[in-house]
Formats: sequence, C-alpha cells, structure tokens
Amino acid sequence: MNQVSSIPPELVIPSGAEPLLTVEHLTMRFGGLIAIDDVSFAAGKGEITAIIGPNGAGKTTLFNCITGFYTPTVGRLTLRARGETFLLERMDGFRIAQKAHVARTFQNIRLFSEMSVLENLIVAQHNELMKASGYTVTGLFGLGGYRKKEREATDLASYWLDKVGLTRLADINAGNLPYGAQRRLEIARAMCIRPTILCLDEPAAGLNPTESHELNKLLNYIKEEHDIGLLLIEHDMSVVMEISDHVIVLDYGVKISDGTPLYVRSDPNVIRAYLGEEETEELPPEIVEDISKDYDPDSIDSDKGGV
Amino acid sequence: MNENNNRLRGIDITALLKESAIAALVALGLTIVMLGLRTVDTTTGLGITTRWPLVVLAVVSVFVGRLLFALRREWKAAGRPVQRDLKKAEHRAAIIVQRFSTIGGPIFIAFALALPLLPFADRYVVDVATYVLIYVMLGWGLNIVVGLAGLLDLGYVAFYAVGAYSYALFAFYFDLSFWVCLPLAGLCAAGFGVLLGFPVLRLRGDYLAIVTLGFGEIIRVILLNWYSFTNGPDGISGIPRPTFFGLELKRTAAEGEQTFHQFFNLDYSTMHRLIFLYYLILILALFTNFFTLRIRKMPIGRAWEALREDEIACRSLGINPTNTKLTAFALGAMFAGFAGSFFATRQAFISPESFTFIESAVILAIVVLGGMGSQVGVAIAAVLLIGGTELFRGLEEYRMLAFGGLMVAIMVWRPRGLLAHREPTIKLHSGKAPPEEVIKAVTQGGMK
Repeated sequence: MNQVSSIPPELVIPSGAEPLLTVEHLTMRFGGLIAIDDVSFAAGKGEITAIIGPNGAGKTTLFNCITGFYTPTVGRLTLRARGETFLLERMDGFRIAQKAHVARTFQNIRLFSEMSVLENLIVAQHNELMKASGYTVTGLFGLGGYRKKEREATDLASYWLDKVGLTRLADINAGNLPYGAQRRLEIARAMCIRPTILCLDEPAAGLNPTESHELNKLLNYIKEEHDIGLLLIEHDMSVVMEISDHVIVLDYGVKISDGTPLYVRSDPNVIRAYLGEEETEELPPEIVEDISKDYDPDSIDSDKGGV
Repeated sequence: MNENNNRLRGIDITALLKESAIAALVALGLTIVMLGLRTVDTTTGLGITTRWPLVVLAVVSVFVGRLLFALRREWKAAGRPVQRDLKKAEHRAAIIVQRFSTIGGPIFIAFALALPLLPFADRYVVDVATYVLIYVMLGWGLNIVVGLAGLLDLGYVAFYAVGAYSYALFAFYFDLSFWVCLPLAGLCAAGFGVLLGFPVLRLRGDYLAIVTLGFGEIIRVILLNWYSFTNGPDGISGIPRPTFFGLELKRTAAEGEQTFHQFFNLDYSTMHRLIFLYYLILILALFTNFFTLRIRKMPIGRAWEALREDEIACRSLGINPTNTKLTAFALGAMFAGFAGSFFATRQAFISPESFTFIESAVILAIVVLGGMGSQVGVAIAAVLLIGGTELFRGLEEYRMLAFGGLMVAIMVWRPRGLLAHREPTIKLHSGKAPPEEVIKAVTQGGMK
C-alpha cells in the first residue's frame, strides 16, 4: 500500500497521503483506568480520517489528548503542517489551537450562547485581532490598522456564515439557534481559526437525515477547498462510510482496525467488537459477506443500537 | 362582571367561595385547639386561657389566602386571555426598557452634568450625588470583572481600599499631589488585582467568590494591624485636597499662591469645592464608562465575554485564559483604585472601617441588580440603592428593610437585572435585524 518501507505498519495511511498528524504509542491513564492503550496511527493531509468504536472506546479521550485538554501519560503526537512540526503533547492546551492551529468541536455543543452568531466567529480569530490591536493598547485609540483587520475578520466570518447557511441570522444570539444550526456554527467557528486540522466530535449527533446529508457536503467541501485534514468521531455509519477516506477503530482503548472504509467494514475484529464475540464465531461466512458487501446505513444503524 | 352574577371572566365564584369556606372550616377545627386554648400555670394548678382573636385571624387569613390561591389557579387555567394580556404587557415593558437603555445613557449624562446648576442643588444634594457617583464608578469597574468576564468577585472593596490608602500614604510620606497619585493609585490597585488574579486563576464560581472574599478581608485586616505604616484603626487624616489646575479650593492660599476664588474673582464659598469634587468624580466615572464601552469592542473585551460563556471553548480557540482573566482583574481593580483615591481626597480622612465586606456586597448588588454587563442599568441601580438608602433615611432602623425589599422586588420583577439586554459588539447587517419571519422559520421547534 505504501511506497516507503521504513514506516511502521501501524502508521501507514491507506491512500498513501502525506501524514499530517502522527500519533505514536499514545497511552492515557486515569488512575487505574487505562482509557487509551498504546494507540498509534497517522492521519493524512487532505483526508477525512474517521475514528469509530463502541461507546467508551476512548474516542473522545483521544481527541482531548490531541487538542490539549489532557496531557497524555505516554506517547508522541506530531503535527506537520505549513512547513512546521509541532509536538502537541508538549504544548499547553490553548497553544495547540493558537500555534499549531488544531481546531475542534465538541460532542455537547459549546457555543458562546449569549453572544451573537457573528461574534462567535470573531472571537475565534482572537489571536490575530489581538496582534492587530497592539494587544489592546493601540486598538483602543483606533490606531495600528485594527479596523482593517476587524473588517478582514468579518469577511472571513461572512464567508463561513455563507457556507453554513447562517448569514441572515448573523446578529442573533447563538443560543437561540436551532440545534442543527448550532452544530454548523460550531464547525464554522472552528474553521475561523484557520486550522491545519479540524477535529469533529460527533458532528452528526442529533441531526435529521437532511441535515446529516448537508453536513457531509460541508465536510467534503472543507476537505476539497481548504488544504486541511479532518479527524472525525462519528457514530452515524452513513456519515463515516460515505465521506471518510481512512477509518480507525478503537475498542476498550485499543486500536483494533485501521484502513479504508471498505477494509474496516469487512475486518472480523470490527465485526466482533460491534456484534459481539459469540455470534461472530458462529456467523456463517455468507452473512459476514452480506454485512460487508451491500452496505445499507439503516441496517448498520440498527446494529449499532444493539451494542 | 358579566350578566351572570356568579361568574367573573368565566370563573365560577360560588365554587371558589365554597372551596375557601371549607378550607376555613378545617382551619377553624385545627386552630380552636391549637391556638384558641392555652394552658397556663395558675396558683391553684393548671388553668386554661382562651385566645379567640388569634383563631379569628387564622381562619380569616386561611379563607382569603385560599380564595386568592384558587382565583390565581382558575385564571391560569381558564383565563387564557388574561394571561396573554399579561404576556403582551410584559413584552411591551421589555421593549420600553430596551429602548431606554439606548436613549437613557445620554439623558443620564446630561442630567448629571447639569445637576449642580439646578435650583434644588444645595449642599446636601451635591454631596449625595457625589457619593452616588462613587458607587456608579465602582459598579462600572466591577462590571468589567463580573459582568463581562463573569468572575464573581466578592472582595472588590480591597482594591478600593488599596487605591484610597495608596493616595493617602503617597501624600503622607512623599507629599505627592492628588493628580500624581491618581494614576499611581490605579496602578497599585491593578498590581493587587494581578496579585489576587494569579492564585485564583483555576477557580470558578463559588470557589472564586470565597477566595476573593478572603482577599478583601486580608487587605482590611492588614490595614487595621500594620499600625506603624497605616496608622491602624486611627486612620489617616489630613489627606490633601485636589487642586484645580494648581489653584487650591480653600479660603486662603499658601504663601505666593492663589486660590480658586481669588483667581476667578468670586466670593469664597464651600460649594465651589463640593461642585469641583462632583465634576471630578463625574469625569472619572464617565471615563470608566467610555473605557468599558470601547474595550467591549476590542478583541480582549470579546474574549472576556467568551470566557464568561464557556472557558473550555475559549481554550479550544487558542485564547489564553490566564492573560484574559488577569487583564480583567487588573483593569477592574484599576478603576476601583481611581475611585478609592477620589474617596480619600473627598473625605480627607480614611480608616479601615470604610472598607468592610458590606461595601463589596453593595457594589456587587449594584452590578447584579443593574443587569450584568449593562452600563445604564448599573448606573440606575447605583442611584436606586445608594440614593434610595439616603431617601429612606427618615425610616431610620427600617432603612435596611426598605433596601432589602427593593432588591427583592427588582429580582422578582426582572431576575436578570434591570436592563439585561445585550447589544452585539459587531453586526453584519448593520442595525437591520433579519426579518422576523426568517428568524421564526429557522428557530422554531429546534430550541434546545
């Protein structure tokens, strides 16, 4: 699959894309609980890498390690983007977003709900605006090109508002938006920090099929038009199978499968994790093939419900 | 009342009266024994006295209470139109309040500017107005910390004290003038703000409130006990008055200098100094206000508000929470320092007694009642609370009761403060709100 033979097998990206984020031997322990156990993988540039797994598999913990909310117990997180290399595990939480431009969204939406939609997007450009305002000193007196920078920030915000279809609602409070729009706004806000990699924690949770379809289009657009990688935690298999280039499966904090969606779907390890041990042993090969061959989102959804 | 005598707006009065009568009957049965009869020790043994008025009172209050309760219930259930009317009235009131918050500011400022020139402005009025303005300024300063950054600070008076003592001590030891000390006092207070800010960075909500409360007390106790430096409970007296561009506001000037009234060829009046102090605090307060309004539109101001809304989201956007919180603490403290040095120069005497916890509580009450983050609201609340307590001076010991009643009333009527409306700091559609049907179409149903 990969031309470079020196890459360890667990870090191989199926499409052969250049690695953007490399996670090596990541372990996260909370006291006696091992939430993530020696996980290694690489996420490629310009690709959507999905992380799936049953509940409690350690997906969100992995995200929190990457975005600096937890400091990993063991392991190395390397981000190579825009000609620079960042060792994320050594950086303070907020600096990962500030310097390495790692953006994320949250499983339970975290918007600034008492602030307007536009303000949410302007706050996301805080560091650039802070510099332009001379760390508030010159900005207070309207000097130093702050106005121009603020206009630029508004332009970037308008661009993303247009992309997520919230332009007309730019001046109302973010907390008053309906659920689906809040999810889209959170993605727009994350994009406003001009990310190198966008980490999305269950972006399709609670969306109806139409909204979910819109989301797929948006994520594909981001992937194609903006030179960034996307990391995606998702339960909705229709989203995962449709848009991801690379799937990593976690179970009980251990990586059990890694490859293209097609490969992962037919991996016996994955089927065992999702459907349970006993059935798999007695599962006739035709059925395994059936599950993997004709992919039907509804049936997979109901499978997931049974886990 | 309509054609049916027993019905009022569709409510069956007879049934309600009957219900109330039954409740009263039950109350009668209970109270005859429990309230009506009382055993007393008499010389001949145990006797019984009766207290029928109490029984009557209890029965009547149960009857009336039950009737009111039932009426309210019926109105809620059957009287939809009444409720809708109420909703409409509430909505209308909210709109008026919102409009007031935009036009109220200039009116307020114009009135404040003209106040000393008005016919009724005697010594007492100007003095009270100066006192109120100190609290307006403190409220605006605390509004940065509590209203914008969302950091609950119960020890704000400590910075006020630091400002006051900085001026008093600088003047005492180094003989510096008010105008030199004013910025120094602000800087000292800001320094203490950072000092307090560091240890409490990780704390939120209740925990932060407790630590700031402790900090306020520590400052006061230090001022009280460091006798050799601060003169302890005796306080510092003879604090110099500010000069008007070098002109003293006294009856006689020092050798080779002129006083204010000599320079302007006026007759000497003590009112000059009072009015001068009034305008001084007015300028300081307005400076605080304009600074806050301006900084709200700066990235740091937006970061404060974002931090108040969600600290975790802020970190995920690369905002440094440490610096953001510290600047909020420092700037809020700086304005308290300015106000403190004004307080010192106005009183000409300060002692730790002026900086007790109740001061912090009053300033916080002003911010909360005014509507967190609202400048006009804070000013109105300061006028109500500080001016109000002056007004209620005639009530003597019931003054605090009136004060508390006022606070409860405001909180019941507008739980988010007098003027809780927040205008976005930047708009895409420059004033034009999206058409209502658009908002409705997008937001209906999905509210979560």
